[in-house]
Amino acid sequence: MRTVKERAELALNNEFLRKAVRFTTERLRDGKRKASEDHGNWEEWRERGRQIRLHTIAHLDYYLNRFAEQARANGAHVHFAETGAEAVKIALEIAAHKAARSVVKSKSMVSEELHINRALEEAGIEAVETDLGEYIIQLAGEAPSHIIIPAIHKNRHQIAELLSREAGEELPPETSVLAGFVRRKLREKFLSADIGMTGCNFAIAETGSIVLFENEGNARMVSTVPKTQITFMGMERIIPSWSDLEVMATLLPRSATGQKLTVYMSGITGPRRTADGDGPEEMHIIILDNGRSEQLGDPEFQELLNCIRCGACLNACPVYRHIGGHAYGGTYSGPIGAVLTPALNKNVAEWDDIASASSLCGACYEACPVKIPLHDMLVYLRRRKVEQGYGNKLETAGMKGFAAVTASSKRFHRALKAGRVVQRLVVRNGEIPARIGPLKGWNKYRVAPSLANQPFRERWDTLQHELRASAALTVTAQAAQERMKAALNRRAAKVEGREAADRTQRSAGDHAGPAFVRKEGQTYDG
Amino acid sequence: MERRNQTDTITAAAKTDIKVSMFATCIGDAVYPRIAEAMARLLARVGVRLEFPQGQTCCGQPAFNSGYWEEARRSAATLLEAFADSDFVIGPSGSCIGMIHHYPKLFEHDPVRLAMAEELKAKSYEFTQFLVQVLGITDLGAAFPHKVTYHPSCHGSRLLGIQEEPMALLQNVKGLELVPLPFAEDCCGFGGTFAVKMADISGAMVTEKADHVLETSAEVLTGLDMACLMNIAGQLRYRRQPVRVMHLAELLYEGVSGA
Repeated sequence: MRTVKERAELALNNEFLRKAVRFTTERLRDGKRKASEDHGNWEEWRERGRQIRLHTIAHLDYYLNRFAEQARANGAHVHFAETGAEAVKIALEIAAHKAARSVVKSKSMVSEELHINRALEEAGIEAVETDLGEYIIQLAGEAPSHIIIPAIHKNRHQIAELLSREAGEELPPETSVLAGFVRRKLREKFLSADIGMTGCNFAIAETGSIVLFENEGNARMVSTVPKTQITFMGMERIIPSWSDLEVMATLLPRSATGQKLTVYMSGITGPRRTADGDGPEEMHIIILDNGRSEQLGDPEFQELLNCIRCGACLNACPVYRHIGGHAYGGTYSGPIGAVLTPALNKNVAEWDDIASASSLCGACYEACPVKIPLHDMLVYLRRRKVEQGYGNKLETAGMKGFAAVTASSKRFHRALKAGRVVQRLVVRNGEIPARIGPLKGWNKYRVAPSLANQPFRERWDTLQHELRASAALTVTAQAAQERMKAALNRRAAKVEGREAADRTQRSAGDHAGPAFVRKEGQTYDG
Repeated sequence: MERRNQTDTITAAAKTDIKVSMFATCIGDAVYPRIAEAMARLLARVGVRLEFPQGQTCCGQPAFNSGYWEEARRSAATLLEAFADSDFVIGPSGSCIGMIHHYPKLFEHDPVRLAMAEELKAKSYEFTQFLVQVLGITDLGAAFPHKVTYHPSCHGSRLLGIQEEPMALLQNVKGLELVPLPFAEDCCGFGGTFAVKMADISGAMVTEKADHVLETSAEVLTGLDMACLMNIAGQLRYRRQPVRVMHLAELLYEGVSGA
């Protein structure tokens, strides 16, 4: 497999891809910004969403059982799959039992995680993606490069080319013509399919229902026309109740596309009942673990299960903007993918360097509707890799050198003096343009500055004397003193308040909620 | 331990001589001493006498962000020691001050240093935070008759929430024309070792950032983090663009001293 750098290089050299990704992510993030501003109380709802997710994941065993019981009571078959392979096996067994020859699918990231299409084809079953974007990348033989916009990396002309090949005639690159062709084509597939496969945006524990958000109506078709429905669901998709869905339905579409609500939002509670006009006769829900339960009880990564798969972190990410989704090398891309892909795989030896492909700017955390601190998690992943001895050898040596120098101010000062002598070989007009050593990559795009002739620590004595001699007016100094005293008093009061709050929380016992719950208005690090 | 800190803080408030320390940051010390100096001079003008504890080195962020926490702790420990008896610690970088906010996590398994880390976090301020939040100063009487654009560095603006402080200071500079930077909130691509390890991705990011700076046709680019500014300035210099890149402390000092 290619390295992250190699995959990123492919993307960076693909001007079509970069332009298409820039165009759509800008549109999506502008939409989200506007939708959250129009909402008015976005931060409060974001916090509420986070609390719901934290609570549900903290009690996931309870809610999963409740969901399964209710779903079974509704007449659905509920299966638990520990691995992706197990989930595929269950789905293929159902297909074999039904003697299915064709499957229509609505968009599902979990099914991408399973590579179910390949498994179905190998079993001689036709699988057709019915979400427009998914259909396009299926024709192209590619994987989705965005959680909600799978074909984000393709432009209209590339799409027209793909669809023309499928149509056997040349279609003009006009959205209405292209969508019209796909609509006619898929209609036949819906009507002839034996099985409809869906994903699951949310699963409601209190009634055993699944909820799907979509814009094209294809998930409605997939879940009503074929006689058998199979729903793939990540085990963390649960929320307790329909009133919690109100919060999620406020956060998800706004964060994903800037819509107040998607065109369709379907709640499905079991298979068709006697009085129903349509719907599948048989409904299977396959609940997938595939590494998710590894995060439970891990204080650094449990919040990863709070993700509602809106894609807002991808749209906000300046790295994703330049390299698109395929460079991430996994089913999930962008900041969430960079954390999720390694976290779901416990074997650190198999991690590639994807967690390093981030400048840790925090745009993902800021965009996240449930406030997952992805930028912190990226650092934790890097640390785990180093701790377990899989750090890059050159980098490890460099960091040991860094620590040796910075652990003592005397050594640090000596290093600055030595650096000043050594740099004479490469400094030109106060700058270092040469692409050498650690400056190789840096100077490919920049000119590096040189070390100052006199570091601040050497200037300080003179500067201090000068400043003392020209001291500010007494009245100015007094005003500053008063201000600083006031700040110190505020700080002391804050410490006092926090201690009092801690005492109250301790006496309230363990039911005050998870210890790592952040309070409203606090910065990311509490 | 918590009890002792609190008593210390109260004692500090009662005494007349408040100790305000400069955290120059390693880049400010080694590469851009003029910025640390501008900050010291500005603060002296508003009546704050700084100290510079010589024991400080680097906040440890390069090692921390790369996952080398043992190495980061060795570097961070110099700050815990150097500023142990300071009442305020002020640095010209949202990112380095932001790193101090990670210290409680970094030292979570070391009770003695954890208490020191909590205390240092509570008393550390980025330069404009200190000016505006503590001293209540938004107008330094500076004049700077130039077209200026501002890059809000990620760690300062997102993680420490420093957004209004620099704006207030810039708006009160006479003659200064502030032009908005397109896609201002997008990272410049520095990210410490990221710029070295993922040089091409970082290069694409800084190239786009410089494009946006040039679109504004500003004469001066300013910000609160010299690492990010070094990154953007390096790219502008590479393209032989004459945009002047200045830390806000430097700009304000030039504005008050009429240089």
